[in-house]
Amino acid sequence: MAQVEDKQAQGPQGPYSWPSRKDSKVIGKNHERMDGIEKSTGAAKYTYDVNLKNQLIAKALGSPHAHCRINGIDTTAAEKVPGVVDVHILPHAEAGSEIKWQGELLAIVSAESEGAAAEGVDALKVDYEVLDSFTSDSDLKGAEEAGVTARGGGKVETVNEPGDDDDEDEWVDAEIERLFKESKHVVEGYYGIDAITHCCLEPHGSTVAWEGDKLKAYLSTQNVSGTDEGFANDLEISADSVDVECTYIGGGFGSKFAPDYWGIAAARISKRTGRPVKLMLSRDQELKLGGNRPSGYLQVKLGANADGVVQVWDSHHWGTSGVSGSGVSHTVVPYVLVPPNYRRKATAVRTNLVRARAWRAPNHPQACAITQTAIDDLAATMGKDSYDVFMANLVNANNEKADVYAEEMKIGAKLIDWKAKWHPHGKGERNGSIVEGLGMALHTWGGVANTSECTVKIHPDGGVSSFCGTQDIGSGTKTVCAMVLAETLGLSTNQVTVNYGSSTYPFSGASGGSTTVGAVSESHRRAATDALTVLKGKVAEKIGADAGTLVASDGRIHVAGNKDKGLGWKEACGLLGLKPLEITRGHTRGDASPLSNSGVGGVQMAHVCVDLDTGVVKMKEFVAVQDQGLVINPVTCKSQIYGAVIMGIAAALYEQRIADPATGALLNAELADYQLARLGDIGDIKIELYEPESERQRGVIGNGEPPAISPVAAISNAVANAIGARVSTAPYTPQRVLEALKNA
Amino acid sequence: MSASYEKTDGFNRRAFLKGSGAVAAAASLHQQASEVSAADSKEVVSGSKKITLNVNGEDVSVEVEPRTTLLEALRYQLDLTGAKPVSMDGSSGASTVLINGKPKMASTTLAIACRRKEITTVEGLGTDIPKAFVEADAQQCGFCTPGFVVAVSAFLDKNPDASNDEIRNGLNGNICRCGTYSNVIDAVTNVVKGG
Repeated sequence: MAQVEDKQAQGPQGPYSWPSRKDSKVIGKNHERMDGIEKSTGAAKYTYDVNLKNQLIAKALGSPHAHCRINGIDTTAAEKVPGVVDVHILPHAEAGSEIKWQGELLAIVSAESEGAAAEGVDALKVDYEVLDSFTSDSDLKGAEEAGVTARGGGKVETVNEPGDDDDEDEWVDAEIERLFKESKHVVEGYYGIDAITHCCLEPHGSTVAWEGDKLKAYLSTQNVSGTDEGFANDLEISADSVDVECTYIGGGFGSKFAPDYWGIAAARISKRTGRPVKLMLSRDQELKLGGNRPSGYLQVKLGANADGVVQVWDSHHWGTSGVSGSGVSHTVVPYVLVPPNYRRKATAVRTNLVRARAWRAPNHPQACAITQTAIDDLAATMGKDSYDVFMANLVNANNEKADVYAEEMKIGAKLIDWKAKWHPHGKGERNGSIVEGLGMALHTWGGVANTSECTVKIHPDGGVSSFCGTQDIGSGTKTVCAMVLAETLGLSTNQVTVNYGSSTYPFSGASGGSTTVGAVSESHRRAATDALTVLKGKVAEKIGADAGTLVASDGRIHVAGNKDKGLGWKEACGLLGLKPLEITRGHTRGDASPLSNSGVGGVQMAHVCVDLDTGVVKMKEFVAVQDQGLVINPVTCKSQIYGAVIMGIAAALYEQRIADPATGALLNAELADYQLARLGDIGDIKIELYEPESERQRGVIGNGEPPAISPVAAISNAVANAIGARVSTAPYTPQRVLEALKNA
Repeated sequence: MSASYEKTDGFNRRAFLKGSGAVAAAASLHQQASEVSAADSKEVVSGSKKITLNVNGEDVSVEVEPRTTLLEALRYQLDLTGAKPVSMDGSSGASTVLINGKPKMASTTLAIACRRKEITTVEGLGTDIPKAFVEADAQQCGFCTPGFVVAVSAFLDKNPDASNDEIRNGLNGNICRCGTYSNVIDAVTNVVKGG
């Protein structure tokens, strides 16, 4: 290890590197989640579990209407409810305000108990003027008639170029027409994916308390270091006066980056009443407000050559991110497999629905679902094996990644036994009313390391602790931090104490976009490496050796290859004297580093059963092959992939946000109605971490998002392969499967 | 849910439903309650009352209103926050506790209906099943995990030799949003094999 480091130290990339696979003692080995027992015994305290002395419980009234004007809110009766202490009307709900989506919070009642707060909310009297609403995001014609569409971007790319005298639009029309005529196979299709909600099991919210002019906020957040400013800006105080704490968070998935206006309101109520306030959204509020993923619907025509390689793509897609319009970005259409000629156009649909929030791999799952289904329909049109058509189209993938995809496809095919099981679309064996099918898809993501700083403190008694304002959103971050420290210092993970989840610690970026594992690996490795260098210097002096020859392993700092020539860890730390050694190091997002990287692929394959009589789709098997550079902890890395796949199964078969087209009301904002996958719905899932030496050498890359991208497309393609018809829009519910069969 | 409807120590469903119907005005509640009480010669509770619950083997005192759920009593008065408030209709399973050994949703059970019953929360279950969850990494954010652990415990009490199919069919009352089901299946399978 030291030899590698010394070599690196003279190289252009600085003194930081990872030990080789052979030399690694901790990294790359399965390590139990370090907070696992706290979570599974109920000892872990989430934001919802923090109960402060003398706290008030706050509950909010949400708008029952998707679009209305508030003529006034009468709080008299609510204020008289026994136990109610405070009634707070939100600034955006003052008389005369326009409310643009259902569920928007209007007023907050704070009381001595949940019961009293709920009774107080029931006693609020609101004078609403109901206004017309539009929520039918898939209905482009209806949206155009309602005047709620806007251009959502687009791009044209062609191999040939128009002449100087050509009208560009006319030339593009003619060129695309020509390319279609030249195509051996042409496919036209419509594909869609409905909006889904984040549905965090711990709803958004906080428990806040003032200590003088300082605000302490226990906040359910993916952004511990960044949210103090969020509070401070709105409350017009300094960020120094806000401490945000979050050791455990019950799900975020991209929706919990800010205090939100209800967190700010809780702080104001707390200030006014002089008491701590706990405000967590109710379940229906969580589903209505707490975050959702934009919908996407796409009309496409594509042309391919005799080998099935797409040469021309012409698409128009639309969808909604809610009140702001937006929708799925045009930049990811077509997805991964980008032909040499394409024209894409996007239309944003404004709806009376709350703004979307980032959802695990923003834009990518929808883009994958509405475009790689068309590639599979090309295979069906040609009567060819989808695997072969995807493989042929890898010439349209990013050059650097094409080989990785090919390898991953081969591994996936072997794991699912593709070649033995595949049959032409709709031509499989029928077992009673049951048919089976295979489908695949592939994806890409960045996963760059976020900015992160870490302070490593080594005490003269041998104690080691780290301090970093990151958060563990369930991905196993705490364990990764401990593993990196242990590996670097030659200790075991139970010899280090990892501190995180507080905005008082050194800054670490938000956990979003698969940026955390790289971030904390960078900061912890750097700080520990430099701390060790100091310690090595002291040991070298003591034992009369060259510091460059020293290594830290098995709880000792000793001359490489000679365990006896050195000191035990505790003894070595004793050389620090009275003062602990404290070193802070960090990494800035975007800086080139030998420790981390970005850009991954990934291939997934699904095997489903479909009941032709009932339209029910059941998962049989699912295979995910994923690259993510160097893997620190295989077990939690795999758990991320299992989770992503299971979320994808839910999005493919069960989940959809349903709004009543007449009133805009959300019809399934409770968990009894909002269908998610359950334990019996997932079939057998096989995960393969693709980590040849070429990947390992790249350094650490995040993997939270990428495996969440392909499931819907892979499952759609498997359903199409089973039944010989395309179910256009996810989720592929029994009703939609039966409709597709009827129309086939 | 059924727990709150069982007839115990003089408190029954009909009396409760009548008594709780009028939550808006305390005076009319008292009046109605006393009428019901006289007619049925049953105990009718209104307002706040101190009761004793047996939780994890210990008698503890809590102050509840008729509308106070067991979940609220556990979380706000006994600092037992393992059972989680995820869905007040019980459809997530996150508030699962054992009442007289049977899995029930603390979110849909009234505290007052739990007198003289043995309540076991995840905190009182022991660590065998939690350890199996850790070994199989059957948790991510972990918010659903305590409810899952209690559900698994009750399931294995009834099905100590559960097959893979039985596991997949028998644990569908709990939602995990992070997607740990594969790992939960592994955890339960390991307990069955090791048991």
